Amino acid sequence: MVVDPGTLWKALADVEDPELPISITDMGLVHRVAITEGHVRVEMLPTFTGCPALEVITARVRRRLAEIPGVDVVDVAFVFEPAWTITRMSETGRARLRAHGLSVPRTGGIEPVTCPVCGSANTTLDNPFGPTLCRTVYYCRDCRNPIERFKPPAAVLGARSADRTG
Amino acid sequence: MTGLWAAPHMPAVPDETASRAALRALLLAMADDDLVVGHRHSEWTGLAPDIESDVALSSIAQDEIGHARLLYEQVAGLDGTSADRLAYGRAPHEFCNAVLLERENGDWSFTIVRAWLYDHADAVRLSALAASPLGSLAAVASTLQREEKYHVLFSETWLERLARATDESRRRMQAALETAWSEALAVLGPTPDVDVLTRAGLLITGPAEQQARWAADVARRLTAFGLCPPAGVPAAGGGRAAAHSPALAALLDEMTSVWRTDPEATW
Repeated sequence: MVVDPGTLWKALADVEDPELPISITDMGLVHRVAITEGHVRVEMLPTFTGCPALEVITARVRRRLAEIPGVDVVDVAFVFEPAWTITRMSETGRARLRAHGLSVPRTGGIEPVTCPVCGSANTTLDNPFGPTLCRTVYYCRDCRNPIERFKPPAAVLGARSADRTG
Repeated sequence: MTGLWAAPHMPAVPDETASRAALRALLLAMADDDLVVGHRHSEWTGLAPDIESDVALSSIAQDEIGHARLLYEQVAGLDGTSADRLAYGRAPHEFCNAVLLERENGDWSFTIVRAWLYDHADAVRLSALAASPLGSLAAVASTLQREEKYHVLFSETWLERLARATDESRRRMQAALETAWSEALAVLGPTPDVDVLTRAGLLITGPAEQQARWAADVARRLTAFGLCPPAGVPAAGGGRAAAHSPALAALLDEMTSVWRTDPEATW
């Protein structure tokens, strides 16, 4: 039985990130999918390499793809190139994270941090580290709520990955 | 634990066996550094002076141990072992981490000074590797670089704050600096046969140049913060040559206690 790549991508969209309400395809974690005679290889991009969710995600991907008739073997590996950047996140994904109460940057560059509760940009950085490696904590001076903001890995000037956004 | 990361691709290079061995030694030293310092940072969980630092050091610990895993998997791809066995299944004398990183945490001043000196050394080392023509190595290094940036932000903020706060805090930071300095110089010391990599053009900036860059950079910053970079101190306690302190054996004994109950178990 021949499995077409569209079926695989659709199935991957069912796989949710274990730490946030977003699918791994909306998050932009899937880099490449290939199938040769029932043998699927998925290449993924990590947000943070020390993220404990990576192990859970690979297990979920294996399990989901194995349900597809015609898929016999599933290989999943994280690769280092291209670098994952915030621009890989889809609009649907951003909307879901915002609805979950997270502030989401657009570019990963310098931009105002808006409060997901009241929309104010009168916010201040409280801690670059938060409840997970990909979250940072701000405080809204207007509505006085602590805010979690999605934290992409930092852009490194002159690094090979710096010019490979998107 | 099965591998998470794609295996390294070594291109055909002259003297390939020697290059592989030298690359393995370099990656293993980096992995051991990250694992050991990551474990030391994790010992602050629940005990740091404020909640922000507690969260920060716990996150940095998670990052460093994640980096160690990634690097161990690259080593395993070269020598056919496994990340778990490399991390948990070796005796203390087989570890190649710099001795500075295994020292007990001591007080907050030593923790911050050590973290800061190491973060800057790691930044210099990763930037050298990111410029390697060996694509897989450069890609790994630039991935880690993007995460390490947050670590420097944390340690440098604390270093500056304590260097400028009170006479006592400055005195204690200076004392910690003098304790850490000679062993910090050894962090960027040569790994076994690293000159094979520089000769083959796989590593453009060698250890001596990395060390000089680091020393100039940290001395400039320390002076700006009102601290005195120690002068005329030779590098000590390589650890790369397996000259460890008893602190490493104690650290590994605790860290590996669960794994040793059943080394073949799948977690």
